[in-house]
Amino acid sequence: MTPAPGMTTRLRAWRAATLLLAPLLLSACTQSGSDEPGKAIELLNVSYDPTRELYDELNPHFRTRWKEQTGQDVTIRMSHGGSGKQARAVIDGLAADVVTLALAYDVDAIAQRAPGKLPEDWQARLPHNSAPYASTIVFLVRKGNPKGIHDWADLVKPGVAVITPNPKTSGGARWNFLAAWAYGRAASEGSDDGARDFVTRLYRNVPVLDSGARGATTTFVERGIGDVLLAWENEAYLAREELGAGRFDIVTPSLSILAEPPVTVIDGNARRHGTAKVAKAYLEYLYTPEAQEIIARNHYRPIDETIAEKYAAQFPTLNLVTINGAFGGWTKAQKQFFSDGGVFDRIYAQPHGGR
Amino acid sequence: MITSAVLDFNAEPAPGRTDNAGPRKYRRRTSVLPGFGLTMGLTLTWLCLIVLIPLSTVFVASHAMGWEGFVRVAFSERALATYRISFATSFVAATVNALFGMLTAWVLVRYAFPGRRIVNALVDLPFALPTAVAGIALTAIYAGNGWIGQFAEPLGLSLAYNPAGITLALIFIGLPFIVRAVEPVLEDFDREIEEAALTLGARPAQVFLRIILPELMPALLTGFALAFARGLGEYGSVIFIAGNMPFKSEIAPLLIVTHLEQYDYAGASAIATVMLVAAFAMLLVINLIQAWSRRRSMR
Repeated sequence: MTPAPGMTTRLRAWRAATLLLAPLLLSACTQSGSDEPGKAIELLNVSYDPTRELYDELNPHFRTRWKEQTGQDVTIRMSHGGSGKQARAVIDGLAADVVTLALAYDVDAIAQRAPGKLPEDWQARLPHNSAPYASTIVFLVRKGNPKGIHDWADLVKPGVAVITPNPKTSGGARWNFLAAWAYGRAASEGSDDGARDFVTRLYRNVPVLDSGARGATTTFVERGIGDVLLAWENEAYLAREELGAGRFDIVTPSLSILAEPPVTVIDGNARRHGTAKVAKAYLEYLYTPEAQEIIARNHYRPIDETIAEKYAAQFPTLNLVTINGAFGGWTKAQKQFFSDGGVFDRIYAQPHGGR
Repeated sequence: MITSAVLDFNAEPAPGRTDNAGPRKYRRRTSVLPGFGLTMGLTLTWLCLIVLIPLSTVFVASHAMGWEGFVRVAFSERALATYRISFATSFVAATVNALFGMLTAWVLVRYAFPGRRIVNALVDLPFALPTAVAGIALTAIYAGNGWIGQFAEPLGLSLAYNPAGITLALIFIGLPFIVRAVEPVLEDFDREIEEAALTLGARPAQVFLRIILPELMPALLTGFALAFARGLGEYGSVIFIAGNMPFKSEIAPLLIVTHLEQYDYAGASAIATVMLVAAFAMLLVINLIQAWSRRRSMR
C-alpha cells in the first residue's frame, strides 16, 4: 500500500520544488499580462512616514478613476518609513513602482546608486520639480505659547528647549536645519558666519536628538519634553488635531523653507512589472483638482492655484526660500551641511559643557 | 529553549556527570539523526550561510575604503566616544544584571510561591518583545514626567535621555540571559554539600561564597558575556531613551545608522568592524576565564 521509500522521497522533493517555484511562476504570469485591460494589477508606492494618512485617502480615489478609465482593477500597496531608509531599500532591491519621498536627495541617491532604475534628470519629468504638494517647517508650541515664541529668534533664547530630530538620520530634520540657517543668514544680512552662529546657538538648546520626525513628535507631545517642536506643517496640524487636541498651538515663523517632497516612477522596476502606464497615471493623478483637494485637506500645501486659494485660510503666507535658490540644490547642501565633517558635525565637534 | 541551546555550546560534560559515562562512550552513542559527517557538514554550511558569510561582507565593505579611510572613520573622536558609551553602559548593565539576575534565579529555583510561573514567564518577556516597544515603554516611565521619573527628577536623578537611560534599556534586554544561564546550574546543585558545610560549622556567608558562588561562576560569566554582547548591539530600545546627543549619549549602533543614512556603506561597515572585533575579543576572553574557573572548581 505504502509507496517505496525512494518513491516518497521523490514525491516529497517534487512537492517541495513545486511549492518553491509556484510563487515565481505565478508572479511571472501576472507580470507578463498586467498592462492588458481587465486584469488586476498591483502597484507599490514606497513613501516616507508622515504621508501615511494622505495616501490612505488618495489611493481609493485613484483606484476608482483607473477602473473607470481602463476597466482594470489596481491595488496600491504602501510602504512607509524614514525617507533615507526607504531610498536605501529601493537601492537594495525593494521593487517599488513609484517612490514618494521626503526630499529629492533621496531620489537622486536611487538614480545614482541603482543604475538603470531611473534617469538622472527624473525631477524634470513632472511639473513643479516633480512635487505635487509642498509643505514647510513651522513651530508647534504648548497651549497659550507660555514661552512667547513667535519667530526663529525666540528659539535661541536661554531657557527655551527646542525639539528637532537629528538631520543626519532624518530627512525632515534637514529641512528644519536649512530653514533655521536661512533665517540666520537673513537676520545677519546674508552672512554665512552669522547663520552658523545662529544655528549653533539653536542646537545648543536642543536637549534630545531623535532619529526621526515621528520620534521627535512623540518626545514633544507624549513625554512633555521641550517648549517648541520644529515640524512639518502637516505633522504640526496632525499633532494639534489628533495627538493632543487643544494642547498645542501652531506658530508660523516669518521665514521658512519650501519643502517639496518629490514623486517619481522607478522606471526599471515598473517596466519589469509591466506597470509603467499605471504608475505614470498614478503620479499624474496627484496633480488633478480632485487629488489636490485631498492633499489640502491633509494639510499639505496644494500647488493647484484654485485649490490653494480655497484653502488659503489654512496656510498662512510667509517668506519661503527654496532649496535650489538658497542652497544650490540638495547635493551641494548635503555635502556642505550634513556630510561627515560638515557644518552640523562641527556644531557637535567638541563635547560641550552645560547641561 | 534558546538559552539552553546556547549553554550546551559552552558546556563540556560537567565533571560530576562524566564519571559514569566516559567521554569516549559519550561520543559513540548512537544518534537518532544521521551520522556525524552529515550533521556536521549541514551545521557548518548553515552557520556559514547565516553567520559567517553575512558578517564577512562587513569586512569586505569596509575594505573598499582603504586602511587610511578606515582608521579615519572608525577611530574618529566621535566614533571613539560612541564606543566608550556603548561599552561602559553595556558593562554596567551586564553587571547589574549579573547581581539581580542571580537573585531572580535563586528565588525561582529555591522557593515555591504562588505566581512563580508568572514570574518565570516575565523573565522571558524581554526576549519576545520588539525592542522598540521596550524603549517606548521605558521612556514613558522613566522620563521626567513618567511614573518613576517624576520622583527621581527632583532628587537630581535624570533617568532618561542620558547614559543612565541607555543603561536602563540594556538592563531590560539583558535580564533573561543571566537568569536562564544560572537557573539550570542552581537546579542541578547538590544541596547535600551545602548541608554538609553547614553541619561542619560554616556560616551562611561562607557557604555562599565558597561553595555556591564558585559553582555558579561559569554560568554567571556566560550570562554576563551574552548580556554584555547583546547590549553592545542593541539599537531599537536605546534610541528612544538615549537622547542621542553626540559625545554624551550617542551609541555606536546609532553612528552606524547615521552613516547608512548618508549612503556611506563603507563608513558604516568600518564602525561595525570595530564593534565586531571588540565583541568577539570579549567573548573570547570570557570563554577563557570560564575555562579557567571550571578548571579551578574541578580541583
